[in-house]
Amino acid sequence: MKYKKITVLISIFLIISSCSETNGLFGGKGTSNDPFASISQTSLDFFSSEVGDTILFKVNQSVIEPDYRKVLDTQAKWIKENNITSITIEGHADEQGTREYNLALGARRATAVRNYLVSKGVPDSNLSIVTYGKERPLRICSEESCWSKNRRAITIIDNNS
Amino acid sequence: MIKTRNKFFTEKLNLQEYVFCNCFRFLIFFLLTFQFNYGYPQENVPELDIDVTEGIIDPIPIAFPNFITNDYSSSITAKEIIKIVKNDLINTSLFRIVPEDSYISELTSIDAPVRFADWRAINTDLLVSANVSVNNEIITIKFRLWDVVGQSEIFKGVQFQGPSNSIRRIAHKVSDLIYSGVTGEGNYFDTRIAFISERGPKNNRTKRLAIMDQDGANLTFLSDSKSIILAPRFSPDARKILYTSYETGKPRVYLMDLISGKLRSFPELPGMTFAPRFSPDGRKIILSITENGNTDIYTLNLANNSKNRLTKNVAIDTAPSYSPNGNYVVFESDRGGNQQIYVMSSKGGKAKRISFGEGRYGTPVWSPRGDMIAFTKMHKGNFHIGVMRKDGTQERLLTKAFIDEGPTWAPNGRILMFFRETAGVNGAPSLYTIEVTGRNLRKIELSSFASDPSWSPLLK
Repeated sequence: MKYKKITVLISIFLIISSCSETNGLFGGKGTSNDPFASISQTSLDFFSSEVGDTILFKVNQSVIEPDYRKVLDTQAKWIKENNITSITIEGHADEQGTREYNLALGARRATAVRNYLVSKGVPDSNLSIVTYGKERPLRICSEESCWSKNRRAITIIDNNS
Repeated sequence: MIKTRNKFFTEKLNLQEYVFCNCFRFLIFFLLTFQFNYGYPQENVPELDIDVTEGIIDPIPIAFPNFITNDYSSSITAKEIIKIVKNDLINTSLFRIVPEDSYISELTSIDAPVRFADWRAINTDLLVSANVSVNNEIITIKFRLWDVVGQSEIFKGVQFQGPSNSIRRIAHKVSDLIYSGVTGEGNYFDTRIAFISERGPKNNRTKRLAIMDQDGANLTFLSDSKSIILAPRFSPDARKILYTSYETGKPRVYLMDLISGKLRSFPELPGMTFAPRFSPDGRKIILSITENGNTDIYTLNLANNSKNRLTKNVAIDTAPSYSPNGNYVVFESDRGGNQQIYVMSSKGGKAKRISFGEGRYGTPVWSPRGDMIAFTKMHKGNFHIGVMRKDGTQERLLTKAFIDEGPTWAPNGRILMFFRETAGVNGAPSLYTIEVTGRNLRKIELSSFASDPSWSPLLK
């Protein structure tokens, strides 16, 4: 599993920062507090914590909201600056939908991010997508506060790129 | 990948039926038929919005005097069969077992005349008499079913034979004959359920492919917990299973042969693949393929690998299910703006929307009888399992819960199994059954969470 190392890194980051939030197996983080002020600007931690690897969607939507365009602009810039050649975008849905539909919806969301990054100059061939539908929620309560965080797309930098 | 093969598919089963003659129509049959149909809305019945009918039908009292046996080992087998049959019948909620300590007369031979008055006296309507013997690891059961009220035999003696490890299947066959003899409905007890066994916290749940008998017995795992596995679907001969696995990191469809244990992946299919089902003749699979972010429906011929694209648009088209005659496909699509149910020719082309109620509709499944379509409906924060006629009329919702999803039909088209997921941080799914009438909601008690059931056809 190529994300293992990243997940481990993210986990360590979480433990060190004593963050109480639960984190999914493949869950990325987009926290804004910065306990790693000295973190290298080229590291994966910097990408997930500072650039922001996650963008959120409205119910049943895969349109990238204006606020998140900025996040993706920064992602594209960072990816190009660091010559990242292998990126996977995960699409997720909340639990308020049927399994198959949510798989298709997650694919739509991941593709929306992919298309946006391509429009910002990231080579299409460096990007791949995967959908998890509702299989890997980041937050586990059954309320809008959690659902809104689960309707997400995460940009994951392949460790070896 | 495969940890344990289902041992029941590898054994040679030789169940035989003799002298099956459905000679008499049981009195209660008519009453039952009427009550079975009660839940179907008639032309002049107003459309029910949420109709969780829990109507009560007086269960039919049935007596099981000890089966006649010649030796100790046969009597143990006989007791086991009685236990399984009683459980099957009680689960239908159509039968009530008359307590043994009230019995007046004893049966000494299945050929001896039945003293109907003794059974009427304790208000028994039905009586089962049977003879069980075990010789050289072969179980033989001869049994008869009596209508105590009409003082007649419902069918003339039946005999089943099978190896001693097929005891549960033999018992389910007995249950099937009693059930179908009395209700006139098709068999469904001698079947299996493929499903996903889930464990662990909600955000890191393991999902394993599992199979069990219809009543929850003989649970066997068919995968380990390394990859997420979703939505198994039985082949028409009940010997193969299609499912979706994240083994490669992306959702992809696989076909598992339950007898050989062989796995087939479909490298010829691009992108992410999911939501597979077999065609009624077992020669094709129908599934969703997501390419460039767009999900459409395709078929793949299993013999020559030829692919056919049935839908082509930017909408999500998924969850396809064939009509029993193979001529049509029902599926869900958001081409009209939100998730609704459509029917098209199994060759593709123009699709007709059939769901028109409020809310969103998904996971349509065509009834094995061909007349109805079961579905999941999402409306006002609730999920429902419902049924509608194949033209979309006479929609009826059978359940209501936080999440009720993914119905699958029993082979007789009378009962649906689905999964219900509870809400909250400890929310988890379990399997349930319900009659199409909306009666008899039942949870299947298992030691793990369970989702995505697929009811097998009748076993051969």
